[in-house]
Amino acid sequence: MSDSISREEVIHVANLAKLALSEEEEQMYTSQLGAILDHARDIMALDTADVAPTAHPLELKNVFRPDLEKESLDRDEVLSQAPVAEEGRFMVPRIIGDAP
Amino acid sequence: MTLSTIGMAASEIAGLVRSKQVSAVEVVQEHLAFAASHDSELHSFIDITDEAALSAARVVDEKIARGEDPGSLAGVPIALKDNLVTRGQATTCASQILKGWKPPYDATVVEKVREAGAVALGKTNLDEFAMGSSTENSSFGPTRNPYDLQRVPGGSSGGSAAAVAAKLSPLALGSDTGGSIRQPAALCGIVGVKPTYGLVSRYGLIAFASSLDQIGPFARSVKDSALLLQVIAGHDPKDSTSLESPAPDLLAGIERGVEGLRIGVIEELIDGVAPKVGEALLEAANSLGAQGAKIEHVSVPAVKYGLSAYYLIAPAEASSNLARYDGVRYGLRVEGQDMNETYVKSRTKGFGAEVKRRIMLGTFALSSGYYDAYYGKAQRVRTMIINSFQSAYNHFDVLLSPTTPTTAFELGAKVSDPLSMYLSDICTIPTNLAGHPAMSLPYGQGENDMPIGVQVLAPALGEVNMFRVARALELGAPVISRKLFWE
Amino acid sequence: MVESSSSSPSQSEFIPGWEIVVGLEVHCELKTNTKLFCGCANAFGREPNTSVCPVCLGLPGSLPVINEHAVELAIRIGLALNCKVDESIFHRKNYFYPDMPKDYQISQYEKAINENGYLELPLSKKRVRIERAHIEEDTGKTTHVGGDGGRIHGAIHSLVDYNRAGIPLVEIVSAPDLRSAEEAREYVTELRAILVASGASDGKMEEGSLRVDANVSVRRSGSAEFGTRCEIKNLNSLRSLVRAIGYEAQRQVELIESGNAVVQQTRHWNEDQGVTTAMRSKEEAYDYRYFPEPDLVPLAPSAEWITEIGSRIGMMPSDRRERLISMFETAPSGSTFDQIVTAVSLGLDDLVTGAVRNGADARLALARAANEVASDIDHLANINPKTFGELIRMEAGGKLSATQAKKVLGTMLESGEGPQNVAESLGFEALDTSIIEGFVGQVIAASPKEWERFAAGEDQLAGFFVGQVMKLSKGKADGKIVTAILRSKRS
Ligand SMILES: [Zn+2]
Repeated sequence: MSDSISREEVIHVANLAKLALSEEEEQMYTSQLGAILDHARDIMALDTADVAPTAHPLELKNVFRPDLEKESLDRDEVLSQAPVAEEGRFMVPRIIGDAP
Repeated sequence: MTLSTIGMAASEIAGLVRSKQVSAVEVVQEHLAFAASHDSELHSFIDITDEAALSAARVVDEKIARGEDPGSLAGVPIALKDNLVTRGQATTCASQILKGWKPPYDATVVEKVREAGAVALGKTNLDEFAMGSSTENSSFGPTRNPYDLQRVPGGSSGGSAAAVAAKLSPLALGSDTGGSIRQPAALCGIVGVKPTYGLVSRYGLIAFASSLDQIGPFARSVKDSALLLQVIAGHDPKDSTSLESPAPDLLAGIERGVEGLRIGVIEELIDGVAPKVGEALLEAANSLGAQGAKIEHVSVPAVKYGLSAYYLIAPAEASSNLARYDGVRYGLRVEGQDMNETYVKSRTKGFGAEVKRRIMLGTFALSSGYYDAYYGKAQRVRTMIINSFQSAYNHFDVLLSPTTPTTAFELGAKVSDPLSMYLSDICTIPTNLAGHPAMSLPYGQGENDMPIGVQVLAPALGEVNMFRVARALELGAPVISRKLFWE
Repeated sequence: MVESSSSSPSQSEFIPGWEIVVGLEVHCELKTNTKLFCGCANAFGREPNTSVCPVCLGLPGSLPVINEHAVELAIRIGLALNCKVDESIFHRKNYFYPDMPKDYQISQYEKAINENGYLELPLSKKRVRIERAHIEEDTGKTTHVGGDGGRIHGAIHSLVDYNRAGIPLVEIVSAPDLRSAEEAREYVTELRAILVASGASDGKMEEGSLRVDANVSVRRSGSAEFGTRCEIKNLNSLRSLVRAIGYEAQRQVELIESGNAVVQQTRHWNEDQGVTTAMRSKEEAYDYRYFPEPDLVPLAPSAEWITEIGSRIGMMPSDRRERLISMFETAPSGSTFDQIVTAVSLGLDDLVTGAVRNGADARLALARAANEVASDIDHLANINPKTFGELIRMEAGGKLSATQAKKVLGTMLESGEGPQNVAESLGFEALDTSIIEGFVGQVIAASPKEWERFAAGEDQLAGFFVGQVMKLSKGKADGKIVTAILRSKRS
């Protein structure tokens, strides 16, 4: 068994990602994610102290659009895709907890 | 119609349609009928949109009748990977989570191929959200390899690759995040291109890993793939990561040959591939040498870290890109007691195992306390890979490698071992991390006569030389002797 | 948001032996035509979900492109707040909430476009450090149905409108440099004036264009260490801000004095009950998993662009105040200075200086602007320096009494008519001085004893005579003129 990720950490990330796991899945993902993270140990060993991170392969900067209004979507078309809509809005079940 | 357009090159079909020797409607009807009779075994399409295809074909014919320019792909059927957004037509990413979603807009590439006169036949199968290398991770069931229905077509654009290889469509579009165009092209014996990052607009491509994703063409010839890339390339103001520079003319110099080009064979990517795959690569290199190119072996040491960096960066971006599938605005919703329960139930039911695996992996790589060790580290390794390629390109115009370590494997062979599946992208991943172009074309046959792919890599915006080399290789490549499943 | 800057601090503000420490986070909606990343209208009050598109709904496949004007307005704010404007990038802040279409917010995390500035408070000249002023997108709006007065608790379900999702915001984060609720109010008032003057915001707190969160802690006087802080949300007015800080500081002091500890948490201000309450957070702690937004490229404003933007910033409040101060020969007194601060913070200074150019008395014009006009600011468009100046001249020239002038101004603001017309229609035709003199004569004759005492120096009796004249003139006489006539007759 890998020690790159624990079962508790798998449960934690599943929570963060809004996924429910069965006990079996917890076990399976712990071992699978562990194997993948173990493989990544080859790069953990590299000395990258003097290497800058690359977030993006492009060197573009300052890409803008002009502040010009464009036509919005038709509301009926938008709401026709909603699982539940009411009064021109998307309906969701009760929310527990304020926005952070 | 006396002559069949099935199996014909895209350029030839466009020529016939433009010169009114055959109508776009006839071409499309024939392809729809052909797909209808062969796709039940192949399962390359999720959805064949007959009516939309016929009405689009009629538009092309009307344009021609009015004397207007119908475009360079007039009447040419095209298959669209089902992670490209199509207005009013179901777009699923092969996921249950997008069940029933009808987008209110078209992807930029969808608009572009339509403007060029191409006619979309429908949406092709893929690994859910483009995550996979075999098209087995589709919630609609797997696509099969057209040379052997018991084998995988590769992935994630397996549906597009299989449709083109089986001649259901002369052209297709796919997306390539870590090899998802090149690997299935190799396994299905066709040409697949991953362009320079930013050459083709991503607007309307459902994101997997935004800094790696690129849309690219599938075709049965190098020239047809160039023809399609020419159509979809170019700046798009809707994509901030779209390059400003105009798309290069890919066809103009494609027959110039390779005399004087410096071509490097990447040492690190020959190690560990199947013997016949390695042999095919060396034969391909020799063929280029015989045509006047200067061939040498070159070490690009950092490419061996590509897989590790990729499997941290891509899932990290994916974990965020896939957060929006939450049951609120579109797609699947499984009602819970409250909002949070609805999120969890919808996402747990809507995503398949591989998608969940990558979301969790990416969430972990970004999470507090692990960011620097995993995501941060992978970003630095990404820089090392770019630098390593740069050193090689100081001495070489293009590089060569196998596209995949093996030929097509059997269905189910790697499903239970994610890491072994990931390893099939080991040769294709480094170019995505670098943002460079690369393409695969068929060169020889391996075990069971299944096709082998050779990969041509080039520096950023080096497409012109890449296509020159690919065309020269194509001219010297042995013909695939194995028959398609319907032949 | 009309509140005089000189009102007395709430009683709970000063707690003997304790010091209040406040840092503010102000979210400012930028006055652009369109949203931050798409071409949908940046409009308030539209029908729900009518200003939405694939981008701001976070539909699969859509991509953001930055609105150049939003960046310019953000830079204006940075320059106005003396910040260093520099290269910056966007990050994704990941968390699930139904008002966020992508379930992440695009914001600036590691490198903000504006950093390390300061704001100088007008009265004390104290410099409050600005840590950063960064760009981010707003969220949609959630309405809770079936709960207690639209609150989240007890709601059966909620409805989401994404018109606001993607509206450009600049979040201005101050250092914990404020030491009282009053100072916090002064800071927000001045910040609001700066935002309006720079053209970046309309400053409408009541419409949510400006939203304030306060980080409040307390420490024993003389202590150098900060106490544990609480963040208070939902401060929709200056009044709420002052009350909430006062309440929260008192709460924290009581906790500590009773031997308990302050728990770091986010609290919600309940305006009706005048209390802060802990917000209900979910079980797991948030882990926002910030990482660089791969769909956007860095912002790297050139020095030339920044200079050009700097030249387009309007006059700042401090300069505007100087302009008003310079109208007076001697340095304005405390109450006049307060009026200047108010006039500038509400953008009424152009009205005042314009009226003065039209021949109006500066002190009177300032007073009427800072009081009467300020209290009906929504109708500001109905008057202009010309009509306002004319009114001030009529009042100063004795054609209208103070009471009459206020009434006329009120009507002008409502109807947009000129002061002459309004005065006539209200029957405020000017009383000739000779008529007033006649009334004064009648009153003196009727009250000889009182007049004797007034003539002997009992000045407080002036009020009595003015009242009598007012009765006779049916309120049309100007009290000042009456007093002047009385004084002249006494000598
Ligand atoms: Zn929008």
